[in-house]
Formats: sequence, C-alpha cells, structure tokens
Amino acid sequence: MAGTENLEDLEMRLLLEGIFQQYGYDFREYAPASLKRRIRAYMVSENLTTISALQEKILHDASGMNRFLHTVSVDTTALFRDPGFYRSFREKVVPSLSTHRTIRIWHAGCSTGEEVYSMAIVLHEEGLLERTRIYATDMVDHVLKKGKQGIYPIGKMKEYTHNYQEAGGKRSFSDYYTAKYDHVILNPALGKGIVWAQHNLCTDGSFNEFKVILCRNVMIYFNRSLQARVHDLLFESLEIGGFLVLGNKESLKLTSREGNYEVLDDREKLYRKVRE
Amino acid sequence: MNFKIVVMGASLGGMAALKVVLKALPKDFPLPLAVVVHRSTDHQGLLVKTLQKSSALSVVEVEDKQSILPGHAFVAPADYHLLVEEDHFALSTEASVNYARPSIDVLFESAADCMGNQVMGVILSGANEDGALGLVAVKRRGGMTVVQDPATAEARAMPEAAIAATVVDMILPLREIGPFLTKIANKRIAYDRKRKKK
Repeated sequence: MAGTENLEDLEMRLLLEGIFQQYGYDFREYAPASLKRRIRAYMVSENLTTISALQEKILHDASGMNRFLHTVSVDTTALFRDPGFYRSFREKVVPSLSTHRTIRIWHAGCSTGEEVYSMAIVLHEEGLLERTRIYATDMVDHVLKKGKQGIYPIGKMKEYTHNYQEAGGKRSFSDYYTAKYDHVILNPALGKGIVWAQHNLCTDGSFNEFKVILCRNVMIYFNRSLQARVHDLLFESLEIGGFLVLGNKESLKLTSREGNYEVLDDREKLYRKVRE
Repeated sequence: MNFKIVVMGASLGGMAALKVVLKALPKDFPLPLAVVVHRSTDHQGLLVKTLQKSSALSVVEVEDKQSILPGHAFVAPADYHLLVEEDHFALSTEASVNYARPSIDVLFESAADCMGNQVMGVILSGANEDGALGLVAVKRRGGMTVVQDPATAEARAMPEAAIAATVVDMILPLREIGPFLTKIANKRIAYDRKRKKK
C-alpha cells in the first residue's frame, strides 16, 4: 500500500514541475495536503484515475490547464468576511490614513473582489475613497474579471448585510447595490479607484510601495519556505509605518519578519511595519 | 504500530461526548490530539474555552502551520478545514465537504495520507455522515479505527455511517473511549522505551 502512495507523490511532483515549465504557474511549494485534495477533486471531475493521465491532459491542452486553475485556486470569499477586521481597521488604521493625501492599498490574492469592495465601502464611509487607489491582484484571470464586474448573487445579500452591520457599517447596505434578476450590481463608483491586475505571489516581484497590504487566507495554501519568501515580498512592498493584514488564523509569529512589525490587533491579525 | 496522532470528529451531540473523552485523558497523554467539531461560525473562541474546562490537556484553536505537539488538543477553527502535514497543521477555506467546514473527512484523510498506519481515528456522536470516508482512509492505510457505540450516542447517524463504511477496530461505549486511547498510547510509549534500551 505504501508503494502506491509514494507513486502518487512522485506523479504529483512531476505534474507540478511540468505545469511550471509549460505554463509558468508555480505550485511546487504549495502546502501539499490541501493541494492534493483539490487535484484529486479535479481528477474526479475529468474522469481520470491517475495523476499521469491528468498531466497529459494539462500539458497538451491549454483549456485543460485553464479548468485545472479553476479547480485548484480557492476562491472562498464574502463581502465583509470577518466583520471584526473592518471594525478594527476603522479604529486603528483609518486615523493614520486620514493624514495622507494619496493612499495606495494592495489587496494581494483578491479572488472575485468581494473583500476589495468591502474595503472600498469602508473608505467611502470614512471619506477616504476619493484619494485611494486599490491594486487588486490575483494569479488567475477569471476571478479578476468577476471582480471588475462587481456582480454578485442576490441570495448572499442577507448574509452580507449582516456582515456589513457587524463590520460597523454606517448606512443601509442596500445603498451600495442595485438588484437585477437574481444578482446585484455594486455601485460602479466604488470601483473607480480599483486597478485589477494579474500578479502571482510565487513568481512575480514587488511592483510599488503601499500604505496598506491585505493578504488574507492566501498564504495558508503555501508551505513554510514559500510563505517566508512572500512575507519578504510584502515587507519590501510596504512603506515604513504601513499596515499589513493577514487572515484570522495566520500569524507572523513563525516568520523572520516578526520583529519588524508591531501588533495592532492580534485577533484580527493587523500589523504595522515599524522597522526596515 | 507506533502512533503519532489521534484524530477525532464530532457533530450533533458531539460536544458533550467530546467533553467526556477529554476528561479521561491525562495531562501526560503522549500523543497530539486533533479535533473537528461541527458548529456554526458564531461560536468562535467559546468552543475552546468550554473544552478547556473539561481537559487537562492544553486546548488550542489551530493557527496555520502550527507545530503538532503532544500535550495539546488542537481544535479546528470555525470555517476552516484542518489538515495534517508532516509535523504541522495546515488550514484551508476551500469548499465545504458534506456541508461542513471544518470537515472530519478532510482531517482524517490528510492524517492518513501523511502518517499512514500511525493514526488513530475516533468518530463520536453526530447526525450526518461526515467522517465515514475519513475513517475508511485511516483503515486503508493501516491506522486504528475507533467509533462511539451508537447506543451511547446522542445522535447515532455518524457512528453508524462510520461502522457501515469500514472495518472498525473498536466500538466502545462513550465512557470507555478516553481510557482506551490512554491505554493504547501509553503501551506504545512503554514498548518504544524497551526497544530503545535494546
């Protein structure tokens, strides 16, 4: 039995190497357990029994690669996901942002954009949206397209409205969208200062310097050494005095950059860069 | 067999059952324990506090890449799958499995995947079928499978589904699960010590 499992690991390594060489997407340092799950799920959906067969499909057929990207990229998100974070952001970050004439924010791994618009709404309510540019990036193109559209299923609005209120929302949430059939369209004014761009944290470098960087529940899919490299990238891209936001269950604790940040909110994983 | 971890899953009625099991585990229980309890997302933080009252082990909600250590009961955070890697845990927010996130199957399958026959899987009370496939994975890799006797479970569906899905090594009344795990885990350690002396 052990032999079979080793073979699977070997096939997996070859697959990831092949994808990197052929397409430039680098999954080689992803956290293996959850990646394996998603690859198996993809195999089931394509009716394949071995990873080698999957490899053939992906390397010889770009549309197979495209479907693979759809399956293995995790796009779980929500408007005002983790509402407590937005409260904390209003309280601990907004006062400092208010003193600047222009504000650059990087949302790394923005998926379909729900959390980007949530930030835009907060900034709007705090009177900062006009002077802010949000760079919303993800490694896959199809989620960026959705983000740019700002169209979301109406069935989620009850949950999102609740989140918005929990997040310290100051208005009626319905002010921000128009319902149409089974979807809502977010007010286009919210998206005016958002730049949607493809960026891969595993392979691309720093592209600007930011006042705020959000990278929430993205690095949980990376192994420790890739995490360390991405932490370096985020650190380089953050102004001194700038703010870093991680997911609720992520931590700076085990990283080499821990000493360069001050903890502003341990529960909401809000940090400030205090040392170069 | 040389066990490395105990993975445990509970759903409806499982909190009460879990407390009974935890109470029976001594402070020096030699294996790490990883637990998935189905729950609504609103109870963050509360679960750990409640379980801590019943346990001599240190009960912690897992953070990404946290090291797997004995003396702890590691609890999956609400809304995250908990997975086992070589020497640490990983989290994931990918789709729910059996309508659950965290899912018991995800924890058990990942543990079986990377620790093979060194896994003890335990299914407690619950009203769905999560954990059954996970226990199948544990058994297939040669690990030990333990299920709460449905007759002693507040909700029988989950233990029954697990029993139907695979060969279960031990079906135990709730109160005997903790002592059984302690006995097996300690036997193991004693055996290791003897072997090292040789």
